[in-house]
Parts: sequence; C-alpha cells; structure tokens
Amino acid sequence: MDNIANLMHGFSVALTTHHLLLMMAGVLLGVLVGVLPGLGAPNGVSLLLPLTFSMDPVSAIILLTSLYWGALFGGSTTSILFNIPGEPSSVATTFDGHPMAKQGKATEALSFAFLSAGFGALAGVILITLLSGWVAKFALRFSSPEYFAVYFMTFASFIGLGGASPFKTVVSMAIGFALATIGMDSVSGNVRLTFEFDVLLAGVSFLIAVIGLFGIGELLLTMEEGLKFDGVAAKVRVSDVLRTAVKLPRYWLALLRSSLIGIWMGITPGGPTAASFMSYAMAKRSSRNPAKFGKGEPEGVIAPETADHAAGSAAMLPMLALGIPGSATAAVMMGGLMIWGLNPGPTLFTDRPDFVWGLIASMYLGNVVAVVVVLATVPLFASILRIPFSIIGPIIVVICFIGAFTAASKEFDIWLALVFGLVGYLFKKLDYPIAPLVLAMVIGDKAEDAFRQSMIFSQGSLSIFWSNPLVSTLMTIGVALLVMPVIGSVARRLRGTKATSTV
Amino acid sequence: MKTIAISAAFAGALALGGIGAAQAWEPTKPIEFVVTSGAGGGTDNFARIIQSIITKHKFTEQPIVVVNKGGGSGAEGYVYGKGGKGDPNRVIFGTNNAYLLPYVAKLGYKVSDLTPVAALALDEFLLWVKGDAPYADAKSYIEAVKAKPMGFKMGGSQSKDTDQTLTSMIQDATGVKWIYVPFQGGSAAAVQLAGGHIDSNVNNPNENIGQWKAGQVKPLCVFSPVRLAKSDAVFEGKGWGDIPTCKEAGLPLETFQMPRTVWLPADVPADAVTYYAGLLEKVSKTPEWQEFVQRTAQTAKFMKGAELADFVAKDEAANKKVFENEGWVAK
Repeated sequence: MDNIANLMHGFSVALTTHHLLLMMAGVLLGVLVGVLPGLGAPNGVSLLLPLTFSMDPVSAIILLTSLYWGALFGGSTTSILFNIPGEPSSVATTFDGHPMAKQGKATEALSFAFLSAGFGALAGVILITLLSGWVAKFALRFSSPEYFAVYFMTFASFIGLGGASPFKTVVSMAIGFALATIGMDSVSGNVRLTFEFDVLLAGVSFLIAVIGLFGIGELLLTMEEGLKFDGVAAKVRVSDVLRTAVKLPRYWLALLRSSLIGIWMGITPGGPTAASFMSYAMAKRSSRNPAKFGKGEPEGVIAPETADHAAGSAAMLPMLALGIPGSATAAVMMGGLMIWGLNPGPTLFTDRPDFVWGLIASMYLGNVVAVVVVLATVPLFASILRIPFSIIGPIIVVICFIGAFTAASKEFDIWLALVFGLVGYLFKKLDYPIAPLVLAMVIGDKAEDAFRQSMIFSQGSLSIFWSNPLVSTLMTIGVALLVMPVIGSVARRLRGTKATSTV
Repeated sequence: MKTIAISAAFAGALALGGIGAAQAWEPTKPIEFVVTSGAGGGTDNFARIIQSIITKHKFTEQPIVVVNKGGGSGAEGYVYGKGGKGDPNRVIFGTNNAYLLPYVAKLGYKVSDLTPVAALALDEFLLWVKGDAPYADAKSYIEAVKAKPMGFKMGGSQSKDTDQTLTSMIQDATGVKWIYVPFQGGSAAAVQLAGGHIDSNVNNPNENIGQWKAGQVKPLCVFSPVRLAKSDAVFEGKGWGDIPTCKEAGLPLETFQMPRTVWLPADVPADAVTYYAGLLEKVSKTPEWQEFVQRTAQTAKFMKGAELADFVAKDEAANKKVFENEGWVAK
C-alpha cells in the first residue's frame, strides 16, 4: 500500500489554490481548443508549452494535462452537436450522440457523455494508482506481433458490425488503409503514393479527413433535407443535467465493461481511438436490441466515451514509465518533460516521486474539475442548436475550414477538406459507412508497420502471431471476433430455412 | 554578456569575409522556428530549448513561434524552408538529415535550397545491449553475432536513417550481419531492447538513459574518438564518461556522430546568416545550454562558416559511401 501513501503525498503537492486555479484555466482553455475542430489538444498543448518554461514541473504538467482533459471533453461536444469529432477518439461518439442531438436530446447526450467520460477517466487513474509497477512490467512484454494482434482485435470487433453490407464496410476500410499509406514509410524508408507532390509528403492528416467527411458532409446533407435541424425545438433546462445524472447508474454494466476495455487498450498500445471503437462495437453486440444503436441510443454514447477516457488516462502510465507517448498530445508533453529537466522512463517514479504522484493526484482532481466545468457549459452548448440553421450552418462551414487550416497551417488542407466533404456526402448517399474508413486511417498505418516489423522479426513466417501465450491469446480472440458474426448469420440462415421448410 | 555579443558578431562577420558590422541585420518580424521532427522528438527538444533560452535572456525583441513540420522524416520542414526563399525570418532546425535525406528518397528539395547557419552539438551513438545480456564488452558481443549471421536483431529508427547507416558501417567494419528491425523511433527501440525483443540498438544517450538508469539496458561502447564528458553515475556507479570508445573496446569503427544543425532558406541576406550564427553562438555559451547538452550527454560543439561547411562535406561523403554500397540511393 505504498502507492496509497504516495498518492496522499501527491495530493498534498497538487491540492493548492494555485494548482486548482491552473486546473480551471487549463480545462477552460482545453474545452475551447477541443470545440474548434482542427485546433485540438496537441496544438493547444504546444501553444501553451513556452509559457511553462518558467514554471516548476509539477505546475506545468498540471496545466498541460488539465488542458488535455478539457480538450477531450470539448471534442465530444462537437461530435454530439454537429457530428464533427474534435479528436480521433470521439468519432464513435457521433454514431449515437448526434442522432440524440437531432432528436432534441442534446442536453441528455452531452451530460451522459461528460459523466461517463469522467467515470472512465477515474477508473483509469485508479488503475494507475494501484498497479503502476505491474503495468510498467507488463507493457514491456509487448513487441510488434502483440501490437499487431491488438490492432487486429479492434478491426475484427468492428467488421461485420454496422448495418451496412460487409462489402461496403470493406471498401470503406480499404480506402482508409490506402490514405494511411501516403507519405514516408518508416519500414522501407521510402515515400509512397505522393506522386511527387510536396504537399503529400507529410501524408493526409486524419483531422482533415474527419472535418470533411463528417463536418462538411453532414452540412451538405442537412442542406439537402431543407435546412432543418430538429434540435431547435428542444428546451434546455439545467435540471435536465441532473435528471440525466440520476439515470446514469442504470447503465452500470456498460460503464464497467467500457472502463475495462478502455483500461486494457490504454495499457496495451491500442490507445483511446481503438478503445472507443471497440467499446462501441462490444456494447452493440451485447445489447438486447442492437437495432437501436446508431439511432440515438444512450448506451452508444456512454460506451465509447467511458472507454476513450479510461484509455486516455491509463495511457499516461506507459508514457511515464516507459517513455512511449501514447498519443500526439502525450508526445508534446514528453517534449515538455525533457525541457523541464525530467527523463521519462522506469526510474522517473523513484527519482521524482513528488512529480509523478503530484501528476497522478492532479489527474483525480483535474477530471473532477473538468466534469463540473463542462457540465456547467452543457446548457450553453445545447442552446447553440436552437439558433436557426441558416445562421449556424455558415458559421460551422467557416469554423471547419479554419480548423482544416490551423491543423498544420497548410493551405492545401483546405481544399483537401472540401474534397473529403464531397466524398462524405457521396458515402452517405450511397450508404457506405464512414467509420471504417476513419478507423483504418487512424490505426491502419500502425497496424501495417507492426505487421511488417513482425515479418522482419520472423523472417516471413506467420507463426510469430502464435509464438507465445500473450500474442496467441490476443490473435485467437481477434479471429473469434471476426468469425462470430459470420457463424451467427449462417446459423440464422439455417434456422430460417428450417423454419420455411417446415411451413 | 555585452562583450560576448560584440565578439560573437565580430567573429561572425570575419567568418563571412568581413561584412561591415555597422548596419547589421536584425529581425523586425516574429521569427519562425521550423522543426523538422514531430513534437517531442530530438530535433523538437533542440529547437524548443533554444527558443526558451533566447526568450529567457531576451536575446531578441521579436517573439519566436515554433512550428512542427516533421512529415516525410523531416522533408516537410525542409520543403517548407525551400518555399521561404529569401525570407530571413524562417529558421529551420534539423540534423544531418538536411543533406542526407535527398540521397535516399526523391523529395521536393535539394540541399542547395537551404543556407547553412550553424551546428550547436554532436549527438553521440552508443552500442547497447539488454541489461542482463552475457556480454561484458563490445568485443564479446560482436564475436557472438559473428558466430551466428542473421541470428541477432538490431533495432533502430526508420530504414535508411542514421541508425541503419551506422549498423551498416559496423557490419562493414567487423564482417557481422544483423537482422535490422526499423521502429518508429529511438524511444520505441529503447523499450523493445529493455523488453528483450531485440538484441541491441545504437541509440543516442538521451533515448536510452531512462532504461539504463533502471538497469534494463547497458552501453558497451561509444562511437566517438574520445570518451564522453564525465557525468554523475547513472547506474551502478558508472556514468557516461566511464563508457569506453568503440575503438578502445576492439570495434574498429571510430566515429559516428550526428550534428544538430540550423538552416535558413536560400538567397537570404548574408547579414541575416551572420546575425543568426551570432545569436546561436550566444545561446551555446549560456549555462542553460551547457546544462541541456550535459543532461542529454551530447557533445557541445559550435560550428559555423567554413568549419561547418567542412564538417558537412566530410559527413556527407562518409554517409554517401554507405548509401551507395547498400543500394539506397534513390534513382
């Protein structure tokens, strides 16, 4: 129980008025950058970084992590209200969050999202508190084959899920994979698919694709449907927030399952994006009425949000203990650690316990502060939907394009976002799902790298994916997830034919 | 501080053939620091520490904005530099990849699109094995690899980059052969070695220090003509200065170092180059910079003008030889 004592010491470091004020400031700034698509947490943290040079490391990391939490919450806000995910990990939140907002239940959707996100984050931090030593050792067992197995599990749980035909899902996923290969390939050291255009050297940013596919694509559809937005009719009452909070415990099973998935994906290198997608898929598969998913089912908001934040906070552990950044934001923060004179790595916990445990304590406090702050903003954000679409629509377009530009300060990205917008519109018209494309874009290149590294390890033999108990288990679960829907549908068909033959 | 500034300006002026120091160029707009790596990478730390030192000591009135353009393993940043032709407010931070990348991949810039300003440090490379590996020195490890060609795995950063180049040089010098596994970067290679998934890596000190402190990896030798500067003990009483050079340890490859370089776009006024060289020389003399170099176990070495050009020419030639031998040269 050394960890508990350390944590108490951490609280004594983190719990000062100065730090609480920093947390509030960080969360508010974070919500702001999270709400603006394209700006996002990594950019927000790098903008703030120079300010922290003169601060002591504990204050600095508290400010930056609070901004990170705030941005994660802000990202969910736009997912729900406008179908524009602010972060890769909040894509899955759009599936049911946005339909809820369209039905006039924006307050409920936002409150569910924030509360379950807070729950997930706390679950992640509790894990860090209790198991820090063990997790750091466990993560060392992961090499390329295990990485690939985790990504494979994510894809497997997602395929054959949505209402779309499997063929369309695979097409969408394949386009995502192709987009992910553009740019420098680290395994061969060559550039791919850039056709000697300099602008493509850095690859196609995920953010640009999301702004176009979701944001602009959605706007085009809304315009076609006659500039109507059903959320307009909704009344926004502060008491709705509280009423939703009371409803939350009813979803205890979803909360627990999603926290576990999130924590697992956070420790293994799957990360928050994979966690949220997988958690959504699992929620739908285990639900008694999966048909409701995608049409505004609260569990479809709770599952990805809980897992996203559980993974986000659990992923801080590998970063601190191993020095592997789990996300773009974590990478910026690690750069900060170096500048403040700290070396992330296994000995950070023993060298600078005040810093590590101060940070962990601030994760408890920061998330509580964040939930309170963002819940207070719910009525404000939900009211945005009451503004007539003819006014808010053009504003969203402007914000989308500003976001596309700020993501990497490249003019080319604005055109790219427009093209993605048209693609998104076509996809919806032709009933192709967008989510598999996004999933493949975000983790496709990582999966590819891991696969090819494994092949170098094994000199080309696939048996490496069954070479030790850990990777074998992961791969077997992945294969099972992949074939389960197929077996299910075959069984259903068999039963169906039997039924008709008896009639 | 003032005397240093003046002498630095003089030195800069002399190096460029005695340009009148009377109306020296000064930035009048915000300065853009272009980082040719992602956030958190070695080049990112290099640029941001310089930004923090300049800001702290108020070496310039102008604000400094850092932008990361690390796509295409840094090519994005250099292409962006090329796009700023004649713009003296765009300063590009990199390594030797500035002049090596165009060899191995077809990219949208040539080294002539950039103006060299200065190099501030040399990052060192070491041969590392797992902490509990049975090899006491570089020689016994190399013997083991020699006995089993393609039986050992060397991990490092992406293909055709410094780590694989060095691996290739060691192979040439000793006649061994590894399976080279490219990872996303040095930190991933460090963790893979700590976990025992690979047998060795050639990481920079800074990339492996966390694992060394914990005893998960151990250094066998450093690819430097002289030992590293003395430091506090890192693990079991041994510090950076106690690591033998590879030549001492019986590995016949003396030097492999990576310069931390600073560039401007082509066609900028010569005065601007002088100004930035002077500014960076001032930075290199601050205690904060010394502390950074020491903490990351790099070798402090400020180079500009002819000295820098000479270093670049030599480094380019040595690397080019490997690229040609390995057949990595693009087209």
